[in-house]
Amino acid sequence: MQENTTVESFKTVIDTLQQSSGDDSSWILHHIMDGRELDFEPFFTIHIPQFPLIFGIDITPTKHIVFMWLVALLVLILFTIIARQYNKSLIPNRLANLFEVLILFVRDDIAKSTIGKGYEKFVPYLLTLFFFLLFGNFFGLLPWSATFTSNIGMTATLAICSFFITQFSGIRSNGFIGYFKGLMPPGIPILLSPLMVLVELLGLFTKPFALAIRLFANMIAGHTVILGMIGLIFFMGTILVAPVSIIFVLFIYLLEILVALIQAYIFTILTSLFIGMAVHQEH
Amino acid sequence: MDLAWLGAGLGAGLVVIGGGLGIGKLASSAMEAIGRQPEATDQIRTAMIIAAALIEGIAFFGLVICILLELKA
Repeated sequence: MQENTTVESFKTVIDTLQQSSGDDSSWILHHIMDGRELDFEPFFTIHIPQFPLIFGIDITPTKHIVFMWLVALLVLILFTIIARQYNKSLIPNRLANLFEVLILFVRDDIAKSTIGKGYEKFVPYLLTLFFFLLFGNFFGLLPWSATFTSNIGMTATLAICSFFITQFSGIRSNGFIGYFKGLMPPGIPILLSPLMVLVELLGLFTKPFALAIRLFANMIAGHTVILGMIGLIFFMGTILVAPVSIIFVLFIYLLEILVALIQAYIFTILTSLFIGMAVHQEH
Repeated sequence: MDLAWLGAGLGAGLVVIGGGLGIGKLASSAMEAIGRQPEATDQIRTAMIIAAALIEGIAFFGLVICILLELKA
């Protein structure tokens, strides 16, 4: 009886995949996009209940939001434990030692080298950004989970946070008028300056936009390639494609792990670079 | 008979050509630099990875537009 039900459930999975992937590739989108259900495919599916509307805005959490909360909780608990450990003894224990490598990496190689003087004020934000993105990207690689950084709303929000921090710290360091004056590079002929003003102002906005799109597209593209490669087995209809397909998917999966790390690092170092350029405008 | 799909496909191909050329040129000068001065391998590798991620970022802009085009039509 037991074997029958397992074989039955596998058969239903393969049947649904074959039916849905015969003509269109909407199942790829279903696995990547946001939704109202958390599906643990052959076992059960959790439907997220509808929350009451607040001022006409629908605030039901979706799959990405639930995973964002999980990651935020994990980061909060983990780093509270690590920080509390330093109260007991000055020497870090094994967990604190492990994360101290990454924390010092963010503080020295990212914040100090790009911001220079006065970098200590920005280290908490950069650390939060780095670890939130790192854990978020890695969570997407686990089975049955979703990458919340592959949601343009999430990455755009983080980019907007970085934008506000950059502008506010630049205005606070250089004064309101002084900051916008400092945007113009020195030694420009007078006739070109209206164009330069436009270009510099536009540049203020394109940089966070690029941050958001870069992270979002990297995460989406990786998962789409993996799903497409596995779907190749079902499109071709034969199991003989499976060895080639699985080996390719394994390779892309390892690349995805590297890309998850690199994209978190790039987001953080670009944010810190923009903060450095805004605060110390002499360069 | 949907031209949008043709556009999306051609666009994706062009994006890949551009990204491949850019990162290839970057990798070639990184290899040359490592060959000339093996002690600086670590710094060169870090700088190469950062530059490659930025160039890939641009390639992904084009990719996102191609995906949008393909989904709309």
